Amino acid sequence: MPTTLDGGGLFRVHESDIPFVCYLDANGQPTQPLPGWAEEGSLLVDYYKAMVKAREADRKAIAMQRTGVMGTYPSCLGQEAPGVVYGKQLKKEDVLVPYYRDLPGQLLRGVELSDIYLYWGGDERGSAGPGYGQDFPNCVPIATQAGHAVGVASAFRIRDEHRVALTTCGDGATSKGDFLEALNLAGVWQLPVVFLVVNNQWAISVPRPIQCGAPTLAQKGAGAGLPCVQVDGNDVIALHEVIGSAIERARQGKGSVVIEAITYRLGDHTTADDATRYRDSEEVRKAWSEEPVKRLQTYLHNRGLWSPEQEQAYLEQVKLEIQQAVEIYQKTPLPQVDDLFDYHYKDLPAGLRRQKEEMQGGLGHE
Amino acid sequence: MSDKKTLVEAVNTALDHAMADDKDVVLLGEDIGANGGVFRATQDLKSKYGLKRVMDTPLAETLIAGMTVGMAAQGLKPVAEIQFMGFIFACMEQLVTHAARMRNRTRGRLSCPMVLRAPFGGGIHAPEHHSESTEALLAHIPGLRVVIPSSPVRAYGLLRSAIDSPDPVIFLEPKRIYRVQKQTLPETGSRLPLDTCFTLREGSDVTLVTWGACVRECQEACNTLAEQGVSVELIDVATIKPLDMETILASTRKTGRCVIVHEAARSFGVGAEIAARIFEDLFFELKAPVKRVAGYDITMPYYRMEEHYIPDHKRIVIAIHDCLTEP
Ligand SMILES: Cc1ncc(C[n+]2csc(CCOP(=O)(O)OP(=O)(O)O)c2C)c(N)n1
Ligand SMILES: [Mg+2]
Repeated sequence: MPTTLDGGGLFRVHESDIPFVCYLDANGQPTQPLPGWAEEGSLLVDYYKAMVKAREADRKAIAMQRTGVMGTYPSCLGQEAPGVVYGKQLKKEDVLVPYYRDLPGQLLRGVELSDIYLYWGGDERGSAGPGYGQDFPNCVPIATQAGHAVGVASAFRIRDEHRVALTTCGDGATSKGDFLEALNLAGVWQLPVVFLVVNNQWAISVPRPIQCGAPTLAQKGAGAGLPCVQVDGNDVIALHEVIGSAIERARQGKGSVVIEAITYRLGDHTTADDATRYRDSEEVRKAWSEEPVKRLQTYLHNRGLWSPEQEQAYLEQVKLEIQQAVEIYQKTPLPQVDDLFDYHYKDLPAGLRRQKEEMQGGLGHE
Repeated sequence: MSDKKTLVEAVNTALDHAMADDKDVVLLGEDIGANGGVFRATQDLKSKYGLKRVMDTPLAETLIAGMTVGMAAQGLKPVAEIQFMGFIFACMEQLVTHAARMRNRTRGRLSCPMVLRAPFGGGIHAPEHHSESTEALLAHIPGLRVVIPSSPVRAYGLLRSAIDSPDPVIFLEPKRIYRVQKQTLPETGSRLPLDTCFTLREGSDVTLVTWGACVRECQEACNTLAEQGVSVELIDVATIKPLDMETILASTRKTGRCVIVHEAARSFGVGAEIAARIFEDLFFELKAPVKRVAGYDITMPYYRMEEHYIPDHKRIVIAIHDCLTEP
């Protein structure tokens, strides 16, 4: 189906020009022969475990918000798959430029769960842990991170490093100029950057069809001359193929790719939101039948790669790890006044030092 | 109107009445339709006025500001919502280079009768970038009006006037007090004047100047000081730009002392402008130097520490005592 001006020899974008990649259907059945690594199975088990851990960690964060131990938190329920895949496919020396629903990927990058909790607990030190390496902190102002990613990729290119920047964003973010401006540059300069659009169908209350009139979000890359691909965002095998090759391509100096991962936000936008105000429970029910964890679990069970006993043992281990992270988070004392002042400039200006003393006086520190 | 309303409900009511009175009033923004805005300021307005007048836009603030300018130049009265003031910066180019100067550039041929609303300020344990107070950045721009209500009654009356305004108004809503107080709104359609301060409490010892959410802490401070025999005159600035210095100067001339309170960072803030104007005009009549109680010159702390940043009742009382004991 043509999606832009039809005829007249004008440039046409066809839906069929944007491949949609899928290997496992919603019931965990292969839809085509699987790649060798998936047949082998061990990496699939790793992906599965990472998704289960992310989901439990996410559930805990919501529970902490509900009991007043944490502030507003954006759940990643239902969209764990893209994160675990890039989390495993990126090399340590690559740079992740995330948005704010990237807990699954951040955990695999080496970020401590207690730091993720500390961040959402309202404490900047949660963005400071050594686990982040050179990765960027969560980005809250929508789509602004796209510019950072092309900047990081430009630095790699200037220094002739075979490193890759990968940046994530939501479907809503693709409406912002920031996103399009970054794609444009990545196309012109052939930058080693991967744009991963996690299309979870909603931008708070705004559904995908009224966010953009084009049939795919991936095709926004076409205007920048970038290859674009849609992938089943609940299928780790498809994600592995697409994200893995995009990272590899970028590393080889062949430029950028726009990936649109089709998934679904199963939860509220954040703990401060109530999605029943604006979306149909029937739609959510249907989305639950397509979610990524169950899908992979079914496949692994069918293949005999994962048993209920293993599941049980793993869940216990994960719950223990999460409990430890919660304890570290909850035992983290409030920041000192120094924390609030000392990181604005390398050396604290005199005027600011006086203000710091003033605040310390007010708080009863000396 | 008999039932009492919170500040955010007063905003909703003002929008509702303005839309009922004038079909040129249209609303646009992110999540303002079915969701009624993330704070519910536009609740039920889409079902009442339809999607041509209550428009959910794509997620794009530069676009929102740009199209608001376009609509306003066409004679509509668009009221755009920026979901949080922390995301207003993408609008700055449109505000500075177009909205604020369309009238001047075209010598009156085109103008921008638009309102840009945004919740602002700290105190609700919000995520990063959701709690800043950057009204001074906007107040610095010639051609803009910056209006900040401090109660449901003032929200209603000021927003009605803002929508009437023939020039662009940035209407900043202190979300910390969105729901803390209910008031009976004045008669439907009544307006409060822009460009004037409101004297909330008369006093003779010291003038206390503030706006927005800080009005509450200042009122508390006035009560404490009254018990200690100190008579404070409390002024709610309400329109930050253009600033009604007459009211502030008259009061300070009377008391000889002035303390300014704001949540935004101290340096280069609106308080600095007010203090400078007092020194320019009243230097020889002052009994003590003007004092400021303000946020520190640091990034608004993420919420674990935000309450230590926001000026509290104690800091205000201490500053007033300092001011009274000076010379
Ligand atoms: C520039 C900017 N505008 C508005 C917001 C408020 N906001 C936070 S999340 C969001 C929706 C984002 O939707 P999408 O990009 O699809 O990501 P999702 O949250 O669905 O993962 C909005 C409007 C923001 N954080 N930044
Ligand atoms: Mg989304």
